[in-house]
Amino acid sequence: MTSTDHSVELAKAGANVTGWWSRLVFLALRFPLGAFGAVIVALFVFAAIFADAITTVDPTSTNAAKSLAAPGPGVLMGADFMGRDMYSRVVHGARISLAVGVGSTVLGCLFGVIIGLASGYLLGWFDLLVQRVIDIMQALPLLVMALVMAASLGPSLQNTIIAISIPLIPNVARVIRSNTLAIRELPYVEAARAQGMSELRIAVRHVLPNTLAPLIVLGTAQLGAAILTEASLSFLGLGIPEPHPSWGRMLSESAAEYVRTAPWLVIFPGLAISLVVFGTNLLGDAMRDLLDPRQRS
Amino acid sequence: MASYLVKRFLLMILTLFGMSVLIFVMLRLVPGNIADIVFEAAGMVDDADKAQIEADLGLDQPIVVQYGRWIGGLLQGDLGFSYVSERPTLEEIGPRIPITAKLAGLALFFSILFGIPLGVISAVRQNTPLDYVLRVVSLSGLSLPSFWLALLILMFFVSFFGTIPIYTRPPETWWGELALYSVPAAAVGFRSSALIMRLTRSSMLEVLRQDYIRTARAMGASDNSVNYFHALKNAVLPVTTIIGIEAAFLIGGLIVTETVFNIPGVARFLVEAILWRDYPIVQNLVMFIALVVVVINFLVDLLYVVLDPRIKYAD
Amino acid sequence: MTSTTAEIAATAPGERVIGDTVLAVEGLETVFYTRAGMVRAVDRVSFSLRAGETLAVVGESGCGKSMTALSIMRLIPDPPGRIVGGKVVLDGTDLLQLSEPEMRKMRGNRVSMIFQEPMTSLNPVLTVGRQISQALMMHQGMSRAAAMERAIEMLRLVKVPEPAQRVKEYPHQLSGGMRQRVMIAMALSCNPRVLVADEPTTALDVTIQAQILDLILELQKKLGTAVILITHDLAVVAETAQRVIVMYAGRKVEEATVEELFTHPRHPYTRGLMASIPRLGLMRSQAAQTGGRLQEIPGMVPPLFDLPEGCAYAPRCERADDHCRAEYPPYEEKRPAHWTACWHADD
Repeated sequence: MTSTDHSVELAKAGANVTGWWSRLVFLALRFPLGAFGAVIVALFVFAAIFADAITTVDPTSTNAAKSLAAPGPGVLMGADFMGRDMYSRVVHGARISLAVGVGSTVLGCLFGVIIGLASGYLLGWFDLLVQRVIDIMQALPLLVMALVMAASLGPSLQNTIIAISIPLIPNVARVIRSNTLAIRELPYVEAARAQGMSELRIAVRHVLPNTLAPLIVLGTAQLGAAILTEASLSFLGLGIPEPHPSWGRMLSESAAEYVRTAPWLVIFPGLAISLVVFGTNLLGDAMRDLLDPRQRS
Repeated sequence: MASYLVKRFLLMILTLFGMSVLIFVMLRLVPGNIADIVFEAAGMVDDADKAQIEADLGLDQPIVVQYGRWIGGLLQGDLGFSYVSERPTLEEIGPRIPITAKLAGLALFFSILFGIPLGVISAVRQNTPLDYVLRVVSLSGLSLPSFWLALLILMFFVSFFGTIPIYTRPPETWWGELALYSVPAAAVGFRSSALIMRLTRSSMLEVLRQDYIRTARAMGASDNSVNYFHALKNAVLPVTTIIGIEAAFLIGGLIVTETVFNIPGVARFLVEAILWRDYPIVQNLVMFIALVVVVINFLVDLLYVVLDPRIKYAD
Repeated sequence: MTSTTAEIAATAPGERVIGDTVLAVEGLETVFYTRAGMVRAVDRVSFSLRAGETLAVVGESGCGKSMTALSIMRLIPDPPGRIVGGKVVLDGTDLLQLSEPEMRKMRGNRVSMIFQEPMTSLNPVLTVGRQISQALMMHQGMSRAAAMERAIEMLRLVKVPEPAQRVKEYPHQLSGGMRQRVMIAMALSCNPRVLVADEPTTALDVTIQAQILDLILELQKKLGTAVILITHDLAVVAETAQRVIVMYAGRKVEEATVEELFTHPRHPYTRGLMASIPRLGLMRSQAAQTGGRLQEIPGMVPPLFDLPEGCAYAPRCERADDHCRAEYPPYEEKRPAHWTACWHADD
């Protein structure tokens, strides 16, 4: 056997990591891709919050003189047909994306958790009913479902959030339900029951906290899906209406005809969507590795 | 087994029935109907004419009656007429199905061809640079909107070949068809192959942790034998489920891809129909999609019986 | 920490029957690198094994007995674990010096292992026959048909009823006891020199346990295999083994023949183990000392990354004094062919 430097191996395993800062550094080194994702997401949130501060031009103001201007001084990412500044539109687009992504994910998770928890806890006819409804909702692809929902609710920011959140519910409900079923059989829950703790208290005190980890994992994964779905809906003209600067919408306006003449109109909004979704996916993967030991690789 | 099949079949019918109610109610919530849109487009509103059109189409009837008419017709094979073209729905949808089916089939073929082998390699070479590259590629596959990828492909063709490979007229030969469809199929299949690859990887890693893998090693099995013989057989089981779901769900990705490539398939047709409030088309198309999904799910369950010796669906 | 392999080998009892020795483990050292620190899972363990002999390795869970077994097989997952020192000499060959392909030719062929969990240790999607014949095709170069014939023969040997039928079945169709028989058939199919059995009966019903143990012993006699039996169950040791090693916190703390150990346990830990199990014929004298009642050992195995300076058992030992806590006791022959590491072994 070759001699081994124990200290090197120990450092790799993360021994002697104390304090939140060195823990953070250790996590970043252990999940470099996840850390990269977190940076992208942080930038995305920053752009959304401070959009007005980091741009000089109103994203909706038109300027005939700059119609289809190529990227250059003054117009960092060029301008669209109506002469609107693409840089400003892309930065402000982060706001829409974040609002829809977070809004529909939170909404979908909230209802998913309530339904899943109730279904896995109450069982009986309620559970049967929920299961059938979930079956029905999962018989359509996410985008098709969101498309029908968006069309029936009408185009607005609020409705787009609701339309995307509804198809997210069955996924969350299903995971939370099976998690609840597993937890309610655990010895300590049985013990709580034997001590006469009320069912509602057990559900809130014991079962709910234990669904948190899978929920965070699921939520981060859904965030990317929600942002992508918003982009697709807006691209198809069924999502965010004008004049909101939505990335998907920007692409639909410029779709095939500008591929030849003004490629910057195609490149920047698409790059923004891809980067943000890529970031959330990277972060989601790291979250799963960190929080879900069964999936840990 | 027989009683399982019957039970599954009844659940399928129940799901489809539920879907029909859901879609019908959702569509009736849509603000405005075809009459509104037609008149808006014409720029004038004549209430009498509008009422006449609504009466002709049966839109003035109570919703329950409308639903009964639709389902009654559906069960007799009568799918009604498109509001827009006024042609039978079946004639409108029918010819578009093979186009979308071919696209989806080709995309699925690509995604399996790349997804499974790359997923296995990624798992076997876990935490090597190759694994990192493959993981980043697969994650990009899940992150690029397929319509943007399609646009990028168009851009690529424009700048390198000077042509745009979009659908202008029906292809005459099978290889012309293959050439025409393979570009959009690759655009939409990238996402599926990324999904299949990720699932194969995690499934493979899960299996490699199992006790029976340790047994195989303890009996002297080589790495190749452990990975490709002992582990892979177990790891592909959950992957078949995802392939089945993807086969049906590819239609979601095809909606935008068909739009970009101007392909006259059912997926793009669905969006057009929704925009036009063409209820007969939307309703029947959604039912068709749901039917495909539940049937494929059913077939996957049956395939499991063949692939996994543990599952016997005892009565 | 400073003793060399040679010194450890010199103190090891293995040299008693040199001619007959099949396996000699010398100063085996396996560590795990964890976030909490370095864990010495196997800390300079030495022993030897003769053909046809059964050596029991006992101790509480976490004492390093399974890790010793996996180290012999070189199946320690790396990372986080690694074998960092020692020798495992099988018929004159140091297994730790072999390349991985050379080691593969040993596993399942010259040295085999059976595991604790028969329910999960067989591949669910391969037939029983397929799994047994794999090793035969690999190591003995048999054709698939010949290997299948031999698989049926092996199943007959381990007393699985209707073997010709069973080879076509999948693991889930068999009971736990039957699966463990299949595992044994698989492990012995190439007639290995050494069989490492890691808690082979722990997961089974009590009635099945005796059958499986009897089967292992019977096959051992028939085939002349040397067996390392890892168990926490002293009753099993009394019935099956000739010699016993007691491990604590990764180290060997006592070693003797079964008869000797049960009649004159020297190490307080061994005595504690014996007092904590129902009486057996051999241990009646022991049980009498404690008033015929079962006793538990107070406390727990200390975390291996945070071992005390002196004797690792000192925190739980009623006899521990300052000397015990300051310095680890030497491993010495206290009685003929009876070694132990305890400052108070002579009391």
